[in-house]
Amino acid sequence: MSAPRPYSDPYLAGVGLGLVLLAAFVLVGRGVGASGAFASTAAGVVAAVAPARAAASPLFAPYLADPGPWGEWLSVELLGAAFGAAGSAVLARRWRVELERGARLGRAARVLLAFAGGMLMAAGAALARGCTSGQALTGGALLSVGSWLFLVLAFASAYALAPLLRRVWT
Amino acid sequence: MSAPLWGEQAPLAASLAVALAIGIGFGAALERAGLGSARHLVGQFYGRDLRVLKVMFSALLVAMLGVFWLSRAGLLDVQALYVPPTFLVPQATGALLFGAGLIAAGLCPGTACVAAATGRLDGLAVVLGLLAGMFGMGLAASRWEAFAQRGAHGVWTLPQWLDLPYGVVLAGIVALALLAFAAAEWIERRAA
Repeated sequence: MSAPRPYSDPYLAGVGLGLVLLAAFVLVGRGVGASGAFASTAAGVVAAVAPARAAASPLFAPYLADPGPWGEWLSVELLGAAFGAAGSAVLARRWRVELERGARLGRAARVLLAFAGGMLMAAGAALARGCTSGQALTGGALLSVGSWLFLVLAFASAYALAPLLRRVWT
Repeated sequence: MSAPLWGEQAPLAASLAVALAIGIGFGAALERAGLGSARHLVGQFYGRDLRVLKVMFSALLVAMLGVFWLSRAGLLDVQALYVPPTFLVPQATGALLFGAGLIAAGLCPGTACVAAATGRLDGLAVVLGLLAGMFGMGLAASRWEAFAQRGAHGVWTLPQWLDLPYGVVLAGIVALALLAFAAAEWIERRAA
């Protein structure tokens, strides 16, 4: 086992990310996404347990149409992303089990904040019809007004709240 | 032959094979960029590590300019691309909530998956929170559905809003990105 390799140059990694996005546009006419996969998975679970409730939900119903929630493009894409990330980390000797947190934050507090942050992002992404991937990156590259609004306000919000959470991260 | 190669009518198997391949590239690029690490990601908001800005704007520039030049060359039909429609009120509200969740979690939905897939337990907690949140939003969706339609503009682009040619808006964003890169380098040097 040798030491983990450092991360790539951010500009270079960004160019790579941009080429992946461009390839998605060229191959299938759509970009990347992430939050839609979570909505689709939730829709699939609810549909299996309580089909009527899933069908009655304006958020879940669209995912129930052909090919169904488990054949959703974004879910397969995000599964691929997990494989790609794991492979990349293994190749660079960066794969390891850990709980990343600020130096002054306890383990339980970190897990709670991560979970709560995930819930908040789900609410935001459901309202905004997408997240950093589907709105900021994909819609941003296609110059959608709503996507740029999302990009600017999401970052403004994170910047505005960052001082309150300084103890969490530093 | 003009792209997109496999549009709406593509066979499901082909479309999902592309989804898997694109996903692998997407996840690998985010991992290489260091965005699967919450500590690196939040560095953006404390002025110590601005890789989020550098990665996102580089990716935006490549994809934006790629779409523009491929369409100019007649190789890509821009009309066939899916552009997310604009809903001003829910998108503004959603963005504010999302930003709050982002600084608490330290990861976004895509990078949380990358973090979880590379062994990070905090990434897994974010993934579970996202799922829980989506269950809640889905089961309560009839209560916020009307709100989610407010400020609907359909497909609406910056060139249409500003009433400027596509190329001019693109040049403006390129200039803005170069300024942002210069500012990011300056901020990082100052923090070091």
